[in-house]
Amino acid sequence: MTYTAKFRVWRGDDTGGGLVDFAVEVNEGEVVLDIIHRLQATQAPDLAVRWNCKAGKCGSCSAEVNGLPRLMCMTRMNTFAEDEVVTVTPLRTFPVIRDLVTNVSFNYIKARQIPAFAPPAGVAPGDYRMQQVDVQRSQEFRKCIECFLCQNTCHVIRDHEENKEAFAGPRMFIRLAELDMHPLDSKDRKVEAQEDHGLGMCNITKCCTEVCPEHIKITDNAIIPMKERVVDVKYDPLRWLGSKIGKRPGL
Amino acid sequence: MSVTAPGRAQIAAKTLRTDKWWLQPLGTVAVLLSFIVYATWRAFEGAHYFTEPLISPFYSPCLATSCVEKSSLLGTPVGAWWTLSPALLILVFPLGFRMTCYYYRKAYYRSFWQSPPACAVGEPHKKYTGETRQPLLLQNSHRYFFYIGLVFNTLLTIDGFLAFRDHEGNWGHMSVGTLVLLTNATLLWLYSLSCHSCRHAMGGRLNHFSKHPLRYKMWTLVSRLNTHHPKFAWFSLIGVALADYYVRCVATGAISDFYFF
Ligand code: SF4
Ligand code: SF4
Ligand code: FES
Ligand code: FES
Repeated sequence: MTYTAKFRVWRGDDTGGGLVDFAVEVNEGEVVLDIIHRLQATQAPDLAVRWNCKAGKCGSCSAEVNGLPRLMCMTRMNTFAEDEVVTVTPLRTFPVIRDLVTNVSFNYIKARQIPAFAPPAGVAPGDYRMQQVDVQRSQEFRKCIECFLCQNTCHVIRDHEENKEAFAGPRMFIRLAELDMHPLDSKDRKVEAQEDHGLGMCNITKCCTEVCPEHIKITDNAIIPMKERVVDVKYDPLRWLGSKIGKRPGL
Repeated sequence: MSVTAPGRAQIAAKTLRTDKWWLQPLGTVAVLLSFIVYATWRAFEGAHYFTEPLISPFYSPCLATSCVEKSSLLGTPVGAWWTLSPALLILVFPLGFRMTCYYYRKAYYRSFWQSPPACAVGEPHKKYTGETRQPLLLQNSHRYFFYIGLVFNTLLTIDGFLAFRDHEGNWGHMSVGTLVLLTNATLLWLYSLSCHSCRHAMGGRLNHFSKHPLRYKMWTLVSRLNTHHPKFAWFSLIGVALADYYVRCVATGAISDFYFF
């Protein structure tokens, strides 16, 4: 079933830009990225768009479709009515390079600020032994494809550019949770999460979870458990006392 | 609002969402406000909360000397100096429990505080510091409210079992009121046991599940409940108001409590 759809695509760069209207053919089974490619092929050869796998696995084609952060390659055209205007813009939290392409360096800088996995002294790579149940929880977080849709949606930085300095964002919180829950990681990630990476700025409003294309339960399974772990070491007087009198050492 | 911060794609609209994103926050405000209005009225009313053998969940345990005769399961340790409604002595605990609940936090930050009103919809505040300062650091006390909540759940469950009696206190009877109180207690248990702090205490804080098989099992069970926590939060909130209203209707004589046997 072929029809002509109304598209509005943001075009421009960091000096300015705006939404441009297009009428473009849509065929059965297509996704938004297909339509963007058709625009490139037929009407706007210089339209910049980043993509790689077209299978929802590389995390490159992140954009906002009708205001919602989405992977363009996983947003099916049949979820829109034929007469609906489909608006496509670049991610609105990161600096735009051109058209639909943004500069997501923020996320790589934040990732570098998290100290790597640190096995206990004396345990060499190759000697790591752990049980499946102990790493199971963290494996959910390894599904992350680094599309940064969660980072883009998080209001802490989306609506407050000045918070970018102090706030690492949900993608980094799942990394911290993964390390803190890891049976062989010897570093304490809790105080670090709260004091260096801005865990306390998150108000658990769950938008990261809502947009994650890998359906990682970021808030329920990483952020809230980390907040509870932070309470253990920073805000719970009874547990603090317990740790001081030598009860319940490292669990 | 700085979704238009320099360097970003310049788009004036605070959101380009075309769905009814405002519906959810609006619904939350409507339900929470109705509950607050109803609960405030009932808490200050100080009457129609007990009719043998039913007691309203807003008034249990009734701790002041002014409590209606026979309504005080734990006696009246507070004494006679307390002249306001006895509900005000205890409601701060369930209130604190719900105010610091991770799910309700999400609900009211979004709907009342508009921070954010919905995903990818700009928030109205100029500055944002999240839960890094007082008074919001107090949210970290949630686990203590959780433990106190367990005491309340136990008492309300006992109230439910005490309702297997008739007006004269003879055992072996059951009425609609019995079902109302027991349903209310069940919903409260589901709400408490699905709590994130409960999940953490059961096993969430461990890194070696393999060394704690029992706690791992409990954590797994609570985790399963936990995914339904928002649902339990609403059901138990509405349940508590309905249970109170039922007791009030029976206590005022507006309806009579139907006995099955
Ligand atoms: S839950 Fe926290 S990290 Fe996730 S989007 Fe909301 S504020 Fe950001
Ligand atoms: S957590 Fe989900 S939304 Fe965030 S970067 Fe990874 S895959 Fe994308
Ligand atoms: S192109 Fe790889 S995720 Fe869309
Ligand atoms: S998280 Fe909701 S009651 Fe604890």
